[in-house]
Amino acid sequence: VCLNIPGFTLCLKRSVLAPVSLRPPPEKAQSALIGQCFWVFRICPPPALYGGRHTVTLIPGDGIGPELANHVCELFRFCCVPVDFEVVNVDSSMDSEEDINNAIMAIRRNGVALKGNIETNHNLPPSYKSRNNLLRTTLDLYANVMHCQSLPGVRTRHRNIDVMIIRENTEGEYSSLEHESVPGVVECLKIITKTKSLRIADYAFRTARAKGRGRVTAVHKANIMKLGDGLFLECCKEVASGYPDITFDSMIVDNTTMQLVSRPQQFDVMVMPNLYGNVVSNVCAGLVGGPGLVPGANYGEDYAVFETGTRNTGKSIANQNTANPTAMLLASCLLLDHLRLHAYARMIRRAILSTVTETRLHTADLGGQGSTSEVVRSVMKAVQSTGPLTLSI
Amino acid sequence: MAGCAWRSMLSQVVGGAKRPALSSAAFFSRGMQTVTLIPGDGIGPEISSAVMKIFEAAKAPIRWEERNVTAIKGPGGRWMIPPDAKESMDRNKIGLKGPLKTPIAAGHPSMNLLLRKTFDLYANVRPCISIEGYKTPYTNVDLVTIRENTEGEYSGIEHVIVEGVVQSIKLITEDASRRIAEYAFEYARNNQRSSVTAVHKANIMRMSDGLFLRKCREVAEGYKDIKFTEMYLDTVCLNMVQDPTQFDVLVMPNLYGDILSDLCAGLIGGLGVTPSGNIGANGVAIFESVHGTAPDIAGLDMANPTALLLSAVMMLRHMGLHDYGNKIQTACFDTIRDKKVLTKDLGGNSKCSEFTADICRRIQDLD
Repeated sequence: VCLNIPGFTLCLKRSVLAPVSLRPPPEKAQSALIGQCFWVFRICPPPALYGGRHTVTLIPGDGIGPELANHVCELFRFCCVPVDFEVVNVDSSMDSEEDINNAIMAIRRNGVALKGNIETNHNLPPSYKSRNNLLRTTLDLYANVMHCQSLPGVRTRHRNIDVMIIRENTEGEYSSLEHESVPGVVECLKIITKTKSLRIADYAFRTARAKGRGRVTAVHKANIMKLGDGLFLECCKEVASGYPDITFDSMIVDNTTMQLVSRPQQFDVMVMPNLYGNVVSNVCAGLVGGPGLVPGANYGEDYAVFETGTRNTGKSIANQNTANPTAMLLASCLLLDHLRLHAYARMIRRAILSTVTETRLHTADLGGQGSTSEVVRSVMKAVQSTGPLTLSI
Repeated sequence: MAGCAWRSMLSQVVGGAKRPALSSAAFFSRGMQTVTLIPGDGIGPEISSAVMKIFEAAKAPIRWEERNVTAIKGPGGRWMIPPDAKESMDRNKIGLKGPLKTPIAAGHPSMNLLLRKTFDLYANVRPCISIEGYKTPYTNVDLVTIRENTEGEYSGIEHVIVEGVVQSIKLITEDASRRIAEYAFEYARNNQRSSVTAVHKANIMRMSDGLFLRKCREVAEGYKDIKFTEMYLDTVCLNMVQDPTQFDVLVMPNLYGDILSDLCAGLIGGLGVTPSGNIGANGVAIFESVHGTAPDIAGLDMANPTALLLSAVMMLRHMGLHDYGNKIQTACFDTIRDKKVLTKDLGGNSKCSEFTADICRRIQDLD
């Protein structure tokens, strides 16, 4: 049951965590509060909903991106998911930023996107910016969320891992501000701002509360970068004081990586600036089974972009039908959850998890010999056996 | 190692020239090398004495010169280490350091930072080798992380631009990058390692890590016998926790080195068993244990001297005394593998002195 007030939506049953507007609600809405409604979250469906069908931007990317994007389209068509994809190709070899600007415009139009990783040739001069980074900063997708869980059926060194990593996605070391004041001496600026740190800390605590998680750990290096990470840590502490039901602690990043490889079960929700987020999320992805298993989501105030958690192009295994589609398929389930198509998301996720437990179908990265198409076909079969109306395989 | 053989030969010659002046020195055989020992705080003194005892049992030709490095304020108001410590290090060139505590709000920077600046310790070397008796989920780890120790993200240059906006500056220079790359390749060659991997994030930090990479590539041209690869930091982390056996020598700037070297230490069992060495300009080298001072167990004979002992072994190898190094390392690993006399952090409940005595006994048996 939803009540629409201009700029604001009241929902009596809150079932999904959407990016939250930090603007305080208008007075009128507050007086309309009834008993159990959770009005804090602005849960508007993304704009491109017409005739019951959503339009989602699809950016195939490079490497294994295009084949995985095809599989997602195939699976959605098979399951009769009411989603149409608007495909926007971004050519990473082109110097001009026209392609990525088209993609950004498409995402602004549709509100949601599913993307593969766009390759960045690091031998090009600094004027060529990373396309992925450009997308994230232009759309202000400030929170990168990666949920790493041990999956049954995947053998790893550590069991029972359940860590949620929330990483600041737009500033920090990825500000791309570099200069060479003297030949041979390069300075790279790492920017930390109070607004963005407060924003990501607030997002982390809200997510922890919504998902019923009891502890948030801030990862930092404030003993060395006293002002920068010190500011980040202060902002986290400030936000933590507003959430007394959630325990807050902090850990230095090198100790964190050491603890992650010896006892990863001690972590619950982790929040951190951009670069440490990169390291920690890759370590956690490796701990639960590799880059082929973990989906990632980038949330902003108005847009959401879903991709694989570790953002690899997989150039070396492109077009060989050996890539693990699990991460991309799980990312598409996160997409469906965001579009509030929960029944479809549940159905597909259940099918994927049942496929992953089948060791026979494991792809090369999990130590098996299965192919991508076999895995997707198996997911489709699982959906057909348990789900409602589907097309024939 | 040609450099070290020359150095040890020189110290023998110099030592020989100095000998007649010291009457007690006539007792020691020719070839004794003096090493500055900095016991440190907390458990530092007990693990240092454990190491000295083990070296005595092995009859290693090392003479220890103990020094204290509490920071003092020099002329001009700049903090510095005591002049006798500095003079000892400059003379001996080799040092062994226990854990130093950094009191918060003491007004002076961390001791480790002071030492680094005083002796220009530009390379931090951490060999991570799985210890047979100490089980971790990762087996057969055998890699070395070489980290640039003077610049990068830890330059300490930070500014508040406006209220609520802070910038930290990451400094990468051509000279420092070239120096660390050269050291990495020299190390690989001297220790029979087959490949060197540069770890970077040049897709995002194009200019800075790009410069670092370019220098590594240039230096690699001069070492065609060693395979050179480049890998993104996130890919290294991802692969490291899945299969650490694929890595050999890793060279990288300061921050990545900090994170990765601690990650690798975690793979083999933590900082209590990881050796570490800092190489400086002018042939100075300080080997240290990287764990903390553990004030809660200080003086209780419960400490584990393994980290400092393995660092001392690294020091022996650096000086060219490979036989003694191998002997002590074998004895130490045998003791741990046997599991009869282990300290608390390794899973046993013996005392530090018992652990030390066991190693000494094994060394004497090996002779």
